[in-house]
Amino acid sequence: MPELPRKKVGIIACSGEELPEGTITRLAALRVLHELRPEDTVTICLPLFLAGGEADRNFARFYPTIALDGCDKQCAFRGTEKYSSRPAAAIVVTDLIARHGLDKPHGCRKLDAAGMKAVELAAQEVADTVEKLLEKGER
Amino acid sequence: MMNGVQKKIAIVPCSGIGKPYGTVSRVASYMVTEDYRSEFTKLVPLALLVMGDEGYGRIIAESPAITIDGCPQACATKMVLQCGGTVLRECSVLGTNRNHRDLKPQGIAELNEDGEKLASELAQEIIAVIDACGQPSKGGDHA
Repeated sequence: MPELPRKKVGIIACSGEELPEGTITRLAALRVLHELRPEDTVTICLPLFLAGGEADRNFARFYPTIALDGCDKQCAFRGTEKYSSRPAAAIVVTDLIARHGLDKPHGCRKLDAAGMKAVELAAQEVADTVEKLLEKGER
Repeated sequence: MMNGVQKKIAIVPCSGIGKPYGTVSRVASYMVTEDYRSEFTKLVPLALLVMGDEGYGRIIAESPAITIDGCPQACATKMVLQCGGTVLRECSVLGTNRNHRDLKPQGIAELNEDGEKLASELAQEIIAVIDACGQPSKGGDHA
């Protein structure tokens, strides 16, 4: 029997350089990719995606994606929807911080303790969402 | 010059998170915009620019940009041009690394020492471009 390609979930982080929340998205995406769900996830390079990277755009057309945005402008979500396909799930770090009653994070280059706590929570939320999407057999 | 005040130079790094080079571009951009030439530069986030943010769109339309690309896809440069901006200088992490082959950047979430050194070399290149434009000269004592 042929071995079918393993289903993966794409994580698209906004990576916004101007806000600590952008750094949180980047670090949380990397934590999921390298530590929490290395077998089940890939990261999609948002700038390449926006600049016309066909491989990344095609991935998001056929596989479920999670948009991880730093703020309510939701560049990752809107960019993915505009250039490829609507993400299967959306996580916004400012909402997550409010929901968990965390302090406002500081430090785009080096996150403070509140920022690192938000990384941990965002990464866990992404990992849980990956599990749900794979269980559901999304797309 | 506009109203006697020089426009800031837009610094547009790559936002890539797949390789250490993206991180080097970001760290170099922070060094320039926060540590060395904060009064003459403005960091412009790529995703927000491409998604049509009015404020950053205006900055790119009105100010020259220095782009810092992390790979040959040159997304930062492409995107600035696509948004109608003027690229004053295309900087490339790979190009800087070719001039400093001894440096082996590692780490995406956090750069190793070589990565930090490479970012510093890149920042110095960018500062030289900014200084060549006369930006650091606050003026006032010339005729």
